[in-house]
Amino acid sequence: MRDVLPWGEPVPVAGTMGEPQPRGRFGEYGGRYAPESLVEACREVDEAFREAWADPGFRGALARLLAVHAGRPTPLTPAWRLSGELGVQLYLKREDLTHTGSHKINNVLGQALLATRMGRRRLIAETGAGQHGVATATAAALLGLEATVFMGERDIERQALNVFRMRMLGAEVVPVTTGSRTLKDATSEAMRHWVGATGDSHYCLGSVVGPDPYPWMVREFQRVIGDEARGQCAAELRTGVPDHVVACVGGGSNAAGTFAGFADTSARFVGVEAEGGAGAARGRLGVLHGCRSLFLQDDDGQITEAHSIAAGLDYPGVGPEHAHLRDLGRARYVTVTDDEAVRAAVRLARTEGIVPALESAHALAWIIRAVAGGELPAGSTVLMTLSGRGDKDISTLKELV
Amino acid sequence: MTNPTLTAGAVERHLRARRDTGRGLLMPFVTGGITPGWTDYLRAFAAAGADAIEVGLPFSDPTLDGVTIQEANDTALARGASTRRILADLAELPDLGVPLVASTYYNLVLHDGPEAFCAALRHAGVTGLIVPDLPVHEAGELTDVAAAAGIELVLLASPATPQPRLEEISRRSRGFVYAVSLMGTTGERATLAASAAELTRRIRGGTDRPVLLGFGISTPDQAREAGRHADGVVVGAAVMRRVLDGAGPDDLRAFLATLRQALDQECDRPR
Repeated sequence: MRDVLPWGEPVPVAGTMGEPQPRGRFGEYGGRYAPESLVEACREVDEAFREAWADPGFRGALARLLAVHAGRPTPLTPAWRLSGELGVQLYLKREDLTHTGSHKINNVLGQALLATRMGRRRLIAETGAGQHGVATATAAALLGLEATVFMGERDIERQALNVFRMRMLGAEVVPVTTGSRTLKDATSEAMRHWVGATGDSHYCLGSVVGPDPYPWMVREFQRVIGDEARGQCAAELRTGVPDHVVACVGGGSNAAGTFAGFADTSARFVGVEAEGGAGAARGRLGVLHGCRSLFLQDDDGQITEAHSIAAGLDYPGVGPEHAHLRDLGRARYVTVTDDEAVRAAVRLARTEGIVPALESAHALAWIIRAVAGGELPAGSTVLMTLSGRGDKDISTLKELV
Repeated sequence: MTNPTLTAGAVERHLRARRDTGRGLLMPFVTGGITPGWTDYLRAFAAAGADAIEVGLPFSDPTLDGVTIQEANDTALARGASTRRILADLAELPDLGVPLVASTYYNLVLHDGPEAFCAALRHAGVTGLIVPDLPVHEAGELTDVAAAAGIELVLLASPATPQPRLEEISRRSRGFVYAVSLMGTTGERATLAASAAELTRRIRGGTDRPVLLGFGISTPDQAREAGRHADGVVVGAAVMRRVLDGAGPDDLRAFLATLRQALDQECDRPR
């Protein structure tokens, strides 16, 4: 095995979440399994991202956008009352307080700025619940780009408010009527559309999935969550670093960004998946949407539909870096049910005055269960990324609570 | 330099031999398991003068296919089609005298592993394989396994492929080089894309391996024009739209005969 990457840097130590190995590999996962027509476009994104990420001017411009437009840094909130009830010290990294209400904006501002640097005039995106679509529409409006958002017909029915938000922001929302008419089909359709639009459009993929360099690039744009939290924990916690770092995982972007800030520490990582969308916990090796990772499949190798009350966790796979962290034992992946997530959302609302997104409520549900089962010993310090706010889920919660 | 006709596999030898008689090559496509008696389409294709036949193994998420092939995938899967059943159907077919080339997405190849997948293809009488989401730089894992099983792994080239990479694709492709005529998904188009001629010219500059143009070739006129640039054509969506609309094997035989005739006329023209 070579000890130097083609661009001259040492091969990162496994599990420390550095640059992916040559050819965009995270262990055996990742890669660029794109149709030949998209390979050159992926290479251009990769080259542009490498240049931009090494350019203090780009970093500075992004940091400024994140500060003045997205409202960063987000606070680290000690969950006082809930910590008292659980007997652990729980800290919440408040991505719900960003502009547009979820961590998605971190990645989107990065990619939109990259797109302008590459001379692209339009962003293409897929969206499930609509959070990434709204963030993309927002960034496009801010930077004077056009936006085309692909969304499954079923999700359009379930998330009418976000569809209106995107249109109000000037984005075109294209209904996807094929397959299961949800996120995985919207992603396929966005990729198909990109094949015919590589000249003037940037595919603004919303999670740590897809062909290289997306899993790496999206994690790097999301690592602001982990980097900020690392500094905040150093200032707040007696131990400096939490014992456990917990985040929900659909494709896994908020978890990857959070973990990245603590990769060189002794903190234990836990990724919490939806029972019906457990790519990392129950998927098997496959290739979908340009990357090799773990996917839910039937006995014939067909990708199966994910089901979760949280639309953002409704993806039948997981990002390749998570699959790798799982294999290394650096992170563990667990699942919680819809019911547990809803109960956790209500509990956070009533103890801390915060209504979380149902996605984020999955992370909390596992913490509550792990405390009860003794997996999280009394007195542990736990950092949880609260990836988004619950406004989008109010109508769902209204039916259940 | 090795004589390519000596090292070539069955698909390439067959296509070279046909091409060398001055014939424009025709490779129609059918989605496996699309109807109960779907292999009758293969017999009709062979009777209509196909030089190779592409059999799609349906996948739930065909990211490079347009609406027609997507619908064909969904229809076949809803009927209970699977790689195993399709290959079992093919194994029962008598030799049609033309090579069978499977096409599918890489997830289905990985599902049982490349060795088992290629062995199953070979057992069913398939000698070529097209995997649109397996570009040349990721193909290493499958190349040798396929070759050892007697399966020729066909690589795709696109109008966006830079020249050095195009040469690598031409060198490593087996059977033929699949030239994707345009920057888009599969599906019928009104005219042959302008990018088709340029791409074919670039590929042919570096190899004498057969070059077939695919994507968007739906009419005799387009086939005739494509035949002027490439060694032949792949016709998928135009076939499958007719099948989805209820056309039977005889209808498809008549349709393909018009393409056959167009390609033959083109080749009879003085050059």
